[in-house]
Amino acid sequence: MSESFMLLYIFVLACFIGYWVIWGVTPSLHTPLIALTNAISGIIIVGAMLIAGGNGSNGMEAVGFVAVLLASINIFGGFVVTHRMLAMFQKNKP
Amino acid sequence: MIKLPYDVLALAYLAAAALFILGLKGLTHPASARRGNQLTMGGMVVAIIATLLHPAVHSYGWILAGISIGAVIGTTIALRIRMTAMPQLVALLHSFVGLAAVLVAIGTFLGHGHSTRVLLTELFAGSFIGAVTFTGSLVAFGKLQALLPARALAIRHRHLLNLLLAGTILALGVKFVLAPTLLVLVALTLVAFVLGALLIISIGGADMPVVVSMLNSYSGWAAAATGFTLGNPLLIITGAIVGFSGAILSYIMSRAMNRSILSIILGGFGAAKGDEALAATAAGQGFKQAAVEDAVFLMGNATRVIIVPGYGMAVAQAQHALKELTEILEHKGVQVKFAIHPVAGRMPGHMNVLLAEADVSYDQVYEMDEINPEFASTDVVLVVGANDVTNPAAKTQSSSPLYGMPILEVGKSRNVLFVKRSMKPGYSGVENLLFAQDNCRLVFGDAKEVCEQMATELKAAA
Repeated sequence: MSESFMLLYIFVLACFIGYWVIWGVTPSLHTPLIALTNAISGIIIVGAMLIAGGNGSNGMEAVGFVAVLLASINIFGGFVVTHRMLAMFQKNKP
Repeated sequence: MIKLPYDVLALAYLAAAALFILGLKGLTHPASARRGNQLTMGGMVVAIIATLLHPAVHSYGWILAGISIGAVIGTTIALRIRMTAMPQLVALLHSFVGLAAVLVAIGTFLGHGHSTRVLLTELFAGSFIGAVTFTGSLVAFGKLQALLPARALAIRHRHLLNLLLAGTILALGVKFVLAPTLLVLVALTLVAFVLGALLIISIGGADMPVVVSMLNSYSGWAAAATGFTLGNPLLIITGAIVGFSGAILSYIMSRAMNRSILSIILGGFGAAKGDEALAATAAGQGFKQAAVEDAVFLMGNATRVIIVPGYGMAVAQAQHALKELTEILEHKGVQVKFAIHPVAGRMPGHMNVLLAEADVSYDQVYEMDEINPEFASTDVVLVVGANDVTNPAAKTQSSSPLYGMPILEVGKSRNVLFVKRSMKPGYSGVENLLFAQDNCRLVFGDAKEVCEQMATELKAAA
């Protein structure tokens, strides 16, 4: 099996995991879910870091820097806002 | 700096993926959700540290600068954003993922001297999906932030236009795979920018819950495509899960509106037909009005009250006044519950967050299917800023555009108090048949002011 097919296997199996995990999320937490998935899609920072820190030209480094910056805003913004929201969900206080 | 062997790196990415999945699983219940968020953060920290120690990373200046500046900007925005503006923030953040995917595709292309056709195809896909996500999210942001008109923009022959653009992108993609140059990659990305904007601009404001979920999905697929170009399973797994998450939410939202996802994506709903609908309403039926005092009398003497909040509540910032009203009612021994329709608000679950912000306990807030059987045994239903989701026309009038949409069956209760600013119909432009019912009374005024008055009156009566 070629590497591309291996990746396709991973992709399809991950789709199944996503399907089952997400259906389990309670509807009242759908907004935090969107914010949290938003934060983790910032994982694209891995690709951005490889470009920004690679042995490339200055042009590449600039492209990589902007990509790292955008992904980082996503990660921090997403996690912090999710934390803020989840902290609000409370049961009746005495 | 030390370099991790590739196998250790792979192990770290595996751990990060597992933490992401476990973290999302935490959102099954509000009590476990905060821990879920922490697990997910842990996964991200593992992934970033491992990548810093990646053998292909040689310099750290740009990376650390990007991360720290991003951290400051992201944290500042997240701490300041108002909960009512959450849909805008999410749309903006989706656009960043899209643009980052485009940049990573271009950067990867520049870094590879010789590329296989498989890699080139993956680069094409990553750039294409990223570009559509970028401009589509920016337009959604503009609509939600009221920088652009919220109504669906009716562009002539837009389906044909979109098809032409998609065809052009595909043709450029083929050209890129066969004879790769930076110019072609940039050109196809630019056309994809236009396509992304056009796709979202003709979708109306009422469909925003679906648009937000859909772009959430796109941003996931963009990350997955990037994972394929880099041969990185962590990006693929994360992207697939995020992609599916957004797709499932889009499905739930469109089902709650009784519309097919396709009809929403194709757009055009809610395009400038408001005037005719309004005229139809003006000719409409008689309705009964209630003063705040009457409303307070009814609620004060009730055993069970259900409050139905809608987006109008959020616009008027009435959630805190509602919470106060709830407390006074409970103090008088009245049982109060909140009922939420899946498409209330401008993104999935938006209303739950706004109520949580006002300290309403989450076990007092009910979803549509849970609460519908209870309306028949309820004394008073107070509707604040919701409209279409309570309209019995969805059940009884097969000619109505709302027909078939699941609704909150508030009309079955003994009394309905409907707080309303004016006689203007809801998003759909359809008149609410509830108003003609004997048990329904309208209380005119700004949602926040009315709720505050109610609270004051009720306190005085106690």
